[in-house]
Amino acid sequence: MKRHLISAADLSRGDALLILDTAEELASLADRPIKKLPTLRGRTVVNLFFEDSTRTRISFEAAAKRLSADVINFSAKGSSVAKGESLKDTALTLEAMGADAVVIRHSASGAAHRLAGWVRGSVVNAGDGTHEHPTQALLDAFTIRRRLGGGPGGVRGDGKPPRERGDPGGSSPRGGTALDGIRVTIVGDVLHSRVARSNVLLLSTLGAQVTLAAPPTLLPLAVDTWPCAVSYDLDAELPKSDVVMMLRVQQERMTAAYFPSVREYSRRYGLDAARMARLPDHAIVMHPGPMNRGVEIAAEVADSARSTIVEQVANGVTTRMAVLYLLLGGTEFPEVSS
Amino acid sequence: MTSWLIKGATPAAAGGQGSTAGHGATDLLLADGTITAVGAGLSEAGAHVLDAAGLLALPGLVDLHTHLREPGREDAETVETGTRAAALGGFTAVHAMANTEPVADTAGVVEQVWRLGRAAGHCDVQPVGAVTVGLAGSRLAELGTMADSAARVRVFSDDGRCVSDPLLMRRALEYVKAFDGVIAQHAQDPRLTEGAQLNEGEISGRLGLVGWPAVAEEAIIARDCLLAAHVGSALHVCHVSTAGSAEIIRWAKSKGWPVTAEVTPHHLLLTDELAVGYDPVFKVNPPLRTAADVAELRRALADGTIDCVATDHAPHPVEAKETEWPEAAFGMTGLETALRVVQQTMVDTGLLDWPGVADRMSVRPARIGRLTGHGVPLAVGGPANLTLYDPAAPAEAVSPNGASKSRNTPFAGMLLPGRVVATFLRGAPTVLDGKLA
Amino acid sequence: MSATGHPVAGRDGLAVLDAEEIRRALTRIAHEILERTHGGDGVVLLGIPTRGVPLARRLAARIGEFEGLEVPCGSLDVTMHRDDLRLRPARALGRTDLPTSGVDGKTVVLVDDVLYSGRTVRAALDALTDLGRPRAVQLAILVDRGHRELPIRADYVGKNLPTSQHQMVHVLLAEVDGRDAVLISEKGEPS
Repeated sequence: MKRHLISAADLSRGDALLILDTAEELASLADRPIKKLPTLRGRTVVNLFFEDSTRTRISFEAAAKRLSADVINFSAKGSSVAKGESLKDTALTLEAMGADAVVIRHSASGAAHRLAGWVRGSVVNAGDGTHEHPTQALLDAFTIRRRLGGGPGGVRGDGKPPRERGDPGGSSPRGGTALDGIRVTIVGDVLHSRVARSNVLLLSTLGAQVTLAAPPTLLPLAVDTWPCAVSYDLDAELPKSDVVMMLRVQQERMTAAYFPSVREYSRRYGLDAARMARLPDHAIVMHPGPMNRGVEIAAEVADSARSTIVEQVANGVTTRMAVLYLLLGGTEFPEVSS
Repeated sequence: MTSWLIKGATPAAAGGQGSTAGHGATDLLLADGTITAVGAGLSEAGAHVLDAAGLLALPGLVDLHTHLREPGREDAETVETGTRAAALGGFTAVHAMANTEPVADTAGVVEQVWRLGRAAGHCDVQPVGAVTVGLAGSRLAELGTMADSAARVRVFSDDGRCVSDPLLMRRALEYVKAFDGVIAQHAQDPRLTEGAQLNEGEISGRLGLVGWPAVAEEAIIARDCLLAAHVGSALHVCHVSTAGSAEIIRWAKSKGWPVTAEVTPHHLLLTDELAVGYDPVFKVNPPLRTAADVAELRRALADGTIDCVATDHAPHPVEAKETEWPEAAFGMTGLETALRVVQQTMVDTGLLDWPGVADRMSVRPARIGRLTGHGVPLAVGGPANLTLYDPAAPAEAVSPNGASKSRNTPFAGMLLPGRVVATFLRGAPTVLDGKLA
Repeated sequence: MSATGHPVAGRDGLAVLDAEEIRRALTRIAHEILERTHGGDGVVLLGIPTRGVPLARRLAARIGEFEGLEVPCGSLDVTMHRDDLRLRPARALGRTDLPTSGVDGKTVVLVDDVLYSGRTVRAALDALTDLGRPRAVQLAILVDRGHRELPIRADYVGKNLPTSQHQMVHVLLAEVDGRDAVLISEKGEPS
């Protein structure tokens, strides 16, 4: 990881746990009268969003501001980029403005990689094309850990964050638990999903068992080289899942013949109330948003107690605070043994 | 014209009556555009002498597939700069592909390119004519008129695009029989490769780039071989990139069908692993494939299934390559490094000897291109088109700053062996001591 | 420890306080806290991680023994408020755990093992200000080794230990290190 966070593969198990443990500590900030820490005072974080995404941009903005960093928002519409300015020139402009960190969302896979070659600050990938979205995977892992805990023996399911389960009092949260043995099923358009790629990498780094459930057309050709299992049969996977993560399916995929109709997709891979009932009692339902209610997920599932969709948003701010702190709070990201 | 006496070169010609094959180091006398004498201890009053001790003499290299970009994209390359690069690479003739702006689909454009080549004088430029008007794939271009023009076009290609309509491909193959033409196909099924960026495989899945499956090339090649056999006309397959394609061509040739094929230097050396840093200098069409494909392509070139090496030299301006991968242009330069890459991948590995290199990089491409005066094994009475090459030159890192206007070489910084020392076009040097003459 | 009770050089440095002396010091501090806060009225003990936290718990336990009073106890991590963050790689955070009664209007007694430059305590005061408004803030320290760089002083001190800046002071506590001791070593010596 060191200077940048571009892919979930950049994070060792130790790195990932450090981020989750740091986020755990920062989570209580939301309950305090003054929701601010002075740690990144004087640092400048630029949100470089070439794709519209109010939700992610606001999340990063809130995270940076709670650490007292200065935030500059750059969105592509109506900007010099719309007039044809290249990514490289935009990067050089940010350099000249003294950005300590650039959070980039772009429609081209690899854009974050390229940017990292052109700026001196830290680059945080907020989603590049269909490649990766590492902070989404981190907030998902954080959500799973909070709801289900983890560690040897599998799921605790008591809803308490791991730190309350008898860690030595006052010791550093380093050594917080990972997700060993937790069974996660990711459902949907994996082929085009940066969230899926990052999650498969990070969840397996943290010891979870990941299964992808999708029609064959929505899985990459070489998915058998990925650290996960594959199933075409969602119903077979549900009773064995501790977490079901639904991916958004774009209706445009139908015209490229990925599936015959939205109706058939929904029937075979949609999470409706009947399918939700087949989940183990403790299992949770996740979705990175935005949802297509009625396509991949039924309204009553999205609104049920199992659904973590709303808390994922809050956890997003906390996790992104942890990432920004670890990248910018010291001279560099700390050396962590795996 | 001044005569030249080349002393002590080792010919690597591919044999023939009165040829230099079988000679060790020998002298060659070039006068009035021909090789007038071959033997030891030659002398000639008034001739320039070139000490070629330790150098190989190859018949001037012929490139069946180059993009000179003029007319229309002179920001990337011109006939002048492209042919300079060709001469420095040891080429005495290049075939200039038709995907210029305007497209070379009329006698007017091909004659313009031909004249520009003659005016520049660094190597012969043989224009390639488009198969379809505007490369649009719907109507045949005026192939006959281009054949009859001063440019005497014999090779026709929509390269850059595939002639995907099977009926149109059939008609094109049939039509060129009248003037001994050949259709050179860029094999890429458009429906299977919409938005494709990189070889479809483990790397493309990991990187989140749309895959370009091997079957999109192989299926078109199989179809075209069957069509060529059916109508009895010559098919040439451009830039073969997969093991499967090589196998299909081997099968077609075993049936005696009129199929020829070329491979690029970069497909003999590089794989899709290089895409991992998202540097678009490695973005090319057809894409870099796997190590297994590279190995099979080398074998196929060695056993003659693939007839020749063609560079597919594709220059692009900096801004077309210094950007996000999906936005970047496809293509790599290759004229200046071709022979060195072939030495590294084929000769130094023991797969091909130097006479074999002469065959694959001069004799066969000239034959496929129906080009007279080139690809003739070095012998008395033959045209004085030759390349002097030092295979023992210390390996040097490739610089992106060559004679080409563009910098997009995938070999930048790589150590490659060998050095083109001199190139002669009809008895006059275009390159001496590794520099333009 | 020698029979006469004088410090003995050990593998980890010279021991200047043993377990017994630490126990007595904490007992005395607990009594002093009770004296100066009118019997512990409105007192909250906040330990500064790492070793300030078990010290705060021990003080709370002592006060509970003497007075039967349950003093709210917690921890206050100061990492995010440190003034030397940019000098080293980012540090992992310690735990901040406030008792449910909060700090508003309370007498907060910060507890730490060693007082040296005073910068940690300055950071703790800033962290505390963001959490609420105590009525008063006091500082309890096991070892004061001098060399203050800021105008900070302790209200309760276990032991004053004059040191040179070439020396390092290590506090070992059973909850963290398996035993109780305070050691001094020279910089560069193994510890």
